[in-house]
Amino acid sequence: MPKLQTAAELEKYRAEILAQRDPAKPCIAVCAGAACDGMDSRAVAAAFIAHVEQNKLGAKVEVRTTGCHGYCEKGPNVVVTPGEICYFEVAPADVPEIVAATIKGEVVERLVYKDPTSGAKAVHMNEVPFYKHQTRLLIGDNPKIDPMKIDDYLAVGGYAALIKALTTMSPDQVLDEVKKANLRGRGGGGFPAGSKWETTKKAPEKIKYVIVNGHEGESAAFMDRAMLTGNPHKILEGLIIGAYAIGAQKGFMYTRHDMPLLEKHVRNALAQAKEYGLLGENILGSGFDFEVELHFDVGIFVSGESSALMRSIEGNIPEPRPKYIRTSVSGIWDKPSNLNNVETWANVPQIISRGAEWFTSIGSEKSKGTKLISLSGNVVNSGVVEVPMGTPLRTLVFDIGGGVRDGKTLKAIHFGGAMGGSIPADMIDAPLDFDGMSKLGAPIGAGGLLLMDEDTDMVEVARYLMDFLTKESCGKCVPCREGMSQMLHILTEITEGRGKPGDLEKLEDLIMVTNVASLCALGKTSGDPLKSMFHYFKPEYEARIADVAGGRSEGK
Amino acid sequence: MSEMSEIVLTIDGQEIKATADMTVLDAAKSAGIYIPTLCHHEKLEAFGGCRLCMVEVESRGWTSYVVSCVYPVAKDIVVRTRSEKVDKIRKVLVEELLAHAPDAPELVKLAEEYGADRNRFEREASFCILCGLCVRYCNEVKHLNAVGFIENGPMKEISFVPEIAAKECWDCQECFTLCPTSYAQAAYMLTEALAFPGQRKVQTASEPAPTRRVIPITPVGAIA
Repeated sequence: MPKLQTAAELEKYRAEILAQRDPAKPCIAVCAGAACDGMDSRAVAAAFIAHVEQNKLGAKVEVRTTGCHGYCEKGPNVVVTPGEICYFEVAPADVPEIVAATIKGEVVERLVYKDPTSGAKAVHMNEVPFYKHQTRLLIGDNPKIDPMKIDDYLAVGGYAALIKALTTMSPDQVLDEVKKANLRGRGGGGFPAGSKWETTKKAPEKIKYVIVNGHEGESAAFMDRAMLTGNPHKILEGLIIGAYAIGAQKGFMYTRHDMPLLEKHVRNALAQAKEYGLLGENILGSGFDFEVELHFDVGIFVSGESSALMRSIEGNIPEPRPKYIRTSVSGIWDKPSNLNNVETWANVPQIISRGAEWFTSIGSEKSKGTKLISLSGNVVNSGVVEVPMGTPLRTLVFDIGGGVRDGKTLKAIHFGGAMGGSIPADMIDAPLDFDGMSKLGAPIGAGGLLLMDEDTDMVEVARYLMDFLTKESCGKCVPCREGMSQMLHILTEITEGRGKPGDLEKLEDLIMVTNVASLCALGKTSGDPLKSMFHYFKPEYEARIADVAGGRSEGK
Repeated sequence: MSEMSEIVLTIDGQEIKATADMTVLDAAKSAGIYIPTLCHHEKLEAFGGCRLCMVEVESRGWTSYVVSCVYPVAKDIVVRTRSEKVDKIRKVLVEELLAHAPDAPELVKLAEEYGADRNRFEREASFCILCGLCVRYCNEVKHLNAVGFIENGPMKEISFVPEIAAKECWDCQECFTLCPTSYAQAAYMLTEALAFPGQRKVQTASEPAPTRRVIPITPVGAIA
């Protein structure tokens, strides 16, 4: 592939790809996302490829291995286009039947979605309850793309936003558009991305960096890896556009060391983008130079904290730094460094191509666009979900999630992983909104939504989350390291039937000090789940301690 | 230029003149105002680990809690080195550290000042409070890196590197005096005993055998 020198060359190349593709030719897309992979979708994909090859059916049907489709619960997932026919829990033995039906334009009825109560069938994606209540602006392309093929991304209109930015917009105009779109950081803070970009852009240093935070350490969050593994070019396109707006010459992708498929896809995407001339010098003849380097975490949660992440990229121990200066002004090697989460970057191309006005038409008053949510816990349909901001939690939990498993009653909804919070079931009509959820004590965080049923022991939940965080503390500052150890100790005592009067007061002191005095967000928010539980579920804690005092302890 | 960078702030009701490169702790010290610290040392870069130097800062109507050893001075901020909340934070921090080193003189003194109960939290007598003075002094001042941190979270500890310690520590031992709990000395002795017993500097006629310098542990109550 010769390097594409201009935007026109890229568009010409895109036209060639599309000309070679017959939209009427059936395509079988096999999900190879992390959950389906765990259900051995690899064997399913291999069976499809072998079957088509052996029977010389390549001219009649195409097989594509793709990233995560979203419906993890029912994997391995297979989607057949045209028509977006969804097959669930597909096994290698089902392959000949699916191929035969696909070629004939028929549907394999026994593999389509069946409503667990009514038995009603749903064939097409837009009829399946899990999908039909979603707005899949970001993850919707996953079933259409082989993440190893940049041409697949180009075929769905990829890099058109980059062309638009480079050829028709000044860096200031790009920044303005992102500011007008009111794109807020998807990593947890909900801080306006445009303001952050502007800070780095206006910082006096000439050398500036942009960074993709693909660390995703939050427990019960698995949507960033679904995006980055399934559609790496979308994030890369966002990053290049951001670098152009900010005036950065170099970018870093910082992601997980423990996902071989993710690494393979991202490495490949960077190499392909370079080969095509979308990275490197004079991108598409615009005069803009930009390089991206890939970095991996070192297996510790806190390396996802922005300043720790930057220390890690420098080659230092990933400890958050104690300085009161923003990384957007002084980050990697003390240069202005703008860091955004995977999902935030993924939103950039569509804001540029479709405009801020379109973007702000989706979502709630202060939270715009869609949000990727990882649904898990005691939910019928676990998976990766995308809904407009402002969607009531009820839609997420019941319409999409299918409600609570095994016919049980919902007790609590937990958001934001180990630094988030739990709210009781009766708050189910609250809208998904950065500020609203924070106010309730269950901040969206990165977007991990955990359902808890009636049997959930709320003390054990707090203990479990504290156990996780305690091990992930870097150990530098006293309130985080010692405060969490002590909180974990007290919670363990209570769960094991050795709670004492005064324990809750001690916990309250520890929550306050850890919150106010810790160096970074990990420590500061480590007591948040417990705080939310003291707000909504305190009687459960009191009862556990009272039981011990009254000699009714049964232990565990 | 020097006049340009002069900043006036208020600490505990006193107007204090500072320069732009100062931290709140520096400014307080220059005015003779005491703020407790455990991990701070003039010769070392600010660490921000013990959080004991936390103070209350009022700026444009907002009250926040910051660690004074890294927080830069700013025009017109009002700093309170003590308040009910600041004292409460220090009390709990000292209680957390007392769980590890219940008899460390500096901690015992701070406990008295802030009413900290040495038995409040679950004891785990590791004797080290991880202030990092030894580690940072060895790195920043001596450039030897004979002692470092290992592990993370509650598992974190200091550890001497036997290969370096065997060569360098005998003549130095300067970190021993910095240690608020005498643990650095103990950790070194243990490393010596386990990794290089008796392998001290080779004695030559011109260079007599050095005498071991052992820093006596100050008994509790002996310091004013």
